[in-house]
Amino acid sequence: MSLKFQRAIVVGASSGIGEAIARELSAAGTAVALVGRRTTELERVAATLKGGAAKVAIATHDVREYDATPAVFERLVAELGGLDLLVYAAGIQYNPEESVYDFAQDRAMIEVNVIGAIVWTNLAAARFEAQRGGSIVGISSIAGERGRRTMPAYTASKAALTTWLEALRNRVSRYGVNVVTVKPGFVDTALTQHLAKKPMMIPAARAASLILSAARRGGSPSVFIPGQWQLVAMIVRSIPSFLFRKLDL
Amino acid sequence: MTPSARPLRATVPWRVLDGFGNAQRAASACIRPRDAGEMAALFAGARDERVAVSFRGSGRSYGDASLNTGGLAIDTRGMDRVLAFDRATGIAELEPGVTIEQLWRATLPHGWWPQVVPGTMFPTIGGCVSMNIHGKNCFKAGPFGDHVQELDLLTAAGETKTLSREREPELFRAVIGGLGLLGAVTRVKLGMKRIESGRLRVRPMRTRSLEAMFDCFVERMPQSDYLVGWVDCFAGGGALGRGLVHQANYLQANDDPQGRALLDNDRQGLPPSILGVPRSLVWRFMKLMWNAPSVRMVNTVKYLLPETFNANGTFLETHVAFAFLLDYVPNWRGAYGDTGFIQHQLFVPDATARKTFAAALELCRKRGVVSYLGVFKRHKPDEFLLSHGLDGWSLALDFPVPAREPQRLWNVTRELTELVLEAGGRFYAAKDAVLDAGQFVRGYGDRVERFRALKRRLDPDNLFANDQSRRLQLGA
Repeated sequence: MSLKFQRAIVVGASSGIGEAIARELSAAGTAVALVGRRTTELERVAATLKGGAAKVAIATHDVREYDATPAVFERLVAELGGLDLLVYAAGIQYNPEESVYDFAQDRAMIEVNVIGAIVWTNLAAARFEAQRGGSIVGISSIAGERGRRTMPAYTASKAALTTWLEALRNRVSRYGVNVVTVKPGFVDTALTQHLAKKPMMIPAARAASLILSAARRGGSPSVFIPGQWQLVAMIVRSIPSFLFRKLDL
Repeated sequence: MTPSARPLRATVPWRVLDGFGNAQRAASACIRPRDAGEMAALFAGARDERVAVSFRGSGRSYGDASLNTGGLAIDTRGMDRVLAFDRATGIAELEPGVTIEQLWRATLPHGWWPQVVPGTMFPTIGGCVSMNIHGKNCFKAGPFGDHVQELDLLTAAGETKTLSREREPELFRAVIGGLGLLGAVTRVKLGMKRIESGRLRVRPMRTRSLEAMFDCFVERMPQSDYLVGWVDCFAGGGALGRGLVHQANYLQANDDPQGRALLDNDRQGLPPSILGVPRSLVWRFMKLMWNAPSVRMVNTVKYLLPETFNANGTFLETHVAFAFLLDYVPNWRGAYGDTGFIQHQLFVPDATARKTFAAALELCRKRGVVSYLGVFKRHKPDEFLLSHGLDGWSLALDFPVPAREPQRLWNVTRELTELVLEAGGRFYAAKDAVLDAGQFVRGYGDRVERFRALKRRLDPDNLFANDQSRRLQLGA
């Protein structure tokens, strides 16, 4: 059985994987609300979607404005006439240079990648528990599998997000809510542009398609995107710490 | 009062709340103020934030009356003080979060019992007032509101109005049974019933058909203090509507030598076990057999099994044991499983009730959607604006929501609703999960518009709303 998404909110829809997911959903007839920081970018994405039959709504919102989130969420749900799917795709990444310790950047990553996700997914989980159904998709990362010296706060944030989503799944799957953890490898987006090495990179549209087909299958899966990264993750997880610390990962 | 600088929905926890039937739920920001001042501050904050406010006590309304999807649910149980109780006059002043249990425990030892109690002791006074609940003595004592002498209403503007039959009587009669849509009831002055014994004399009577049950009520009402019928909804043919009637009467001190001693709270408890099973586990056994064939069998046994009574056909029972049948099995609603149940209570005028209830029971049997429990009562008209009380009868039906093809149930409730409305009847908000706005207006006529006019005056911005009021379009 394949889940059909009638109404979705995509947080972090102004670029990257979020934008690609919004496009695919809209093309499939889902009414989509786009949430992002940059109004012009949201309008750009919305303008290209508005040709289709499906409804499009937008909300300019910084996920770190936690106090504003419930009002934004409720307004969008009202505009869409309900909700079946929340995609949390907002994410930022800063990799500190050697010997640089930058709390402000570390904090921003935790706030956007973790706390923002907690605020949004809590609201969706409560609504979905009440309606005994719905799907939550969180874009984590394969980077969360180990703490890496080149991206300490980013890897910590994604590990936290992965664990959060697992906990949420364990909390609400009994109420028929589908919680999908997505761990992409390299996806061709602004987030990865600064990286030197990008093995097995896929376009954002391809990632979106894989993510949504995993979500539509139901059953609260945790998936690597594309699937080959599962093997890489297994290997990376099995490297002993005394060796892992010598690698420049 | 300065509202909090931060939005309520971001600063208080969200909870998934359910209607008592466990068939409807809503996620809301949920908060429990401790006094009217805190409540007023919440109103101000909610108004700034443009978020709807609903009230919830113990959550015992069966449908969505206490639910508020995406809004602010105010839990009134933080205001649960018995403010005063006059042992000489039996007048109690209560905060809205006081439960019926707290109330009788506070008054019984002094020889006072609530004039009207529902079938469970857990509802709050605020809920009893807002729903204008009734008990097994509604044909005689009227609804709960008949015994409210005065109340304080905290309005959307944060103003406290003291209402009574002398002070703003129109508003008083609208707030009682007003579904919490005109403001918060923050204080209730309630008259109690003087009793001389902790027990009632109960007379069980078997009635072979619905007609016999009506006849039994007609015959017994003049000499009864309480009268309630249980209907086996599975029985058909000549036995359609068969059941048991229980009559109960207050006892005078000289009728019951032990009666005064039983005014002690500790001697009013419910039995710790039922058929040897601890009460707290009974619902699990019920759940195993909670399907139509088993319930049909249990009903037959219940109907045929003689109750233990003395030579004159009566027995003595404590007030608690007689009044709070629903509390014998804690979490009994769990027996209905994950999809829950709905209660649909049909209120029909005296002239058309016999025909309508027979048609209703036939219809359920014909559709294969039979109520597991039927409860039969006589009512009388009262003075309240949105009152379900009428010169007639009610039949309360409990339907499990089927996991498969729930549409079958919704179709039957629609047909039942039509039967009742055609017969000039109406419904009761605390037990409603299915009506639409048009059906509600058909039941209540121009009272709905009079209620809306008051709402426009007191709460023009619709600060107070809930899932049910949105469904029934009871906004300003």
